[in-house]
Amino acid sequence: MYAQMVKSEATNDDPEKLAEFQAKIDADIKIEPKDWMPQGYRKTLIRQIGQHAHSEIVGQLPEGNWITRAPTLERKAILLAKVQDEAGHGLYLYGAAETLGVSRDELTEMLLDGRMKYSSIFNYPTLNWADIGAVGWLVDGAAIMNQVPLQRTSYGPYSRAMIRICKEESFHQRQGYDAIRKMAEGTPEQKKMAQDALNRFWYPSLMMFGPSDKDSVHSAQSMAWKIKINTNDELRQKFVDQTVPQAEYLGLTVPDPDLKWNEERGHYDFSEPDWSEFFDVIKGNGPCNTDRLTARNKAWDDGQWVRDGLLAHAKKKRARHLAAE
Amino acid sequence: MKNEWPLWEIFIRGQHGMSHRHVGSLHAPDAEMAIKNARDVYTRRNEGVSIWVVEANNISASSPSDKGPLYEPSESKVYRHPTFFDIPDEVGAM
Repeated sequence: MYAQMVKSEATNDDPEKLAEFQAKIDADIKIEPKDWMPQGYRKTLIRQIGQHAHSEIVGQLPEGNWITRAPTLERKAILLAKVQDEAGHGLYLYGAAETLGVSRDELTEMLLDGRMKYSSIFNYPTLNWADIGAVGWLVDGAAIMNQVPLQRTSYGPYSRAMIRICKEESFHQRQGYDAIRKMAEGTPEQKKMAQDALNRFWYPSLMMFGPSDKDSVHSAQSMAWKIKINTNDELRQKFVDQTVPQAEYLGLTVPDPDLKWNEERGHYDFSEPDWSEFFDVIKGNGPCNTDRLTARNKAWDDGQWVRDGLLAHAKKKRARHLAAE
Repeated sequence: MKNEWPLWEIFIRGQHGMSHRHVGSLHAPDAEMAIKNARDVYTRRNEGVSIWVVEANNISASSPSDKGPLYEPSESKVYRHPTFFDIPDEVGAM
């Protein structure tokens, strides 16, 4: 899940309009940009979609780190295509957020100065090639869990962005599983690397869904608005149930001694991640927080002359065109 | 943020013989770059054979509050649909 702990905004609107709005949502009628919507709905969506977009963009960094060092030309081309997709996903989501009355540059600035967050998962390093497989398999796998139901979200532009993203996301997860499978089926050293990557990425992946929110008022409001479809615990359980057999197929061990199939529940029982670590990471103290924000700030600053230059060129061309008319 | 690139709406023809369809938007300094960016963003998987770009502020749209006056009148005109008319079986397909 790329949006974590999104607080819903209180809404202070005309009760009659609110009731009408809720009736539309309950009837699965999509809300479109120019439709009336409660202030809280608008603000919460900007926060959620913005955080999601930032995650796609920052998420390029840990993978981009390995493009030049991919083991074969084919893996390199695949990784390049995947990282390019992430840029596109960021763009679709910024586009959806912009329909709510915020500009992309405003959102970018809020990411760069730390006012807005991105997913905690991207503050972990990718130390070797096995990590790239693990990221595709586990991180994109966890993201899909959340994104598939969001295709049905109540806000039209967000829903359309999610549909487009989900079409591409399955490639991401499968290429990751394929890469880590190659290692799990390789030499003993390679298998050890695959196991080590799973060990390090398992709990951070479970954290992606955020802490339990079954008693959260924010989640209840977001679910009533259909901008959140499942609780964090539901999605985490689904992810574990899906991923454990995939790990078994690879001959890898999920690093949780208490992981056990529960016949009665029809689900796996598993250990919670260390939530104090999660809160520490989102506060800025993860292994890579500083690196990630420094890299994004540098890219933005270094790109300034390109943005200015192209705009100046476009203005000059337009002026010349007008003069010729 | 006065130096932000303008927003463009992107329309793609998916296949020969189909009309262009709105697929999303992007920022670009001019139409030429908007087409280049649209190609990179929206046709990476064979989704298109032609691209239109329109600067977003050049699009005029109907207002949601006009929904009633604009579209309700057509609801009562069922005779505009061919199924309104009964044609005797003996006449054959029409």
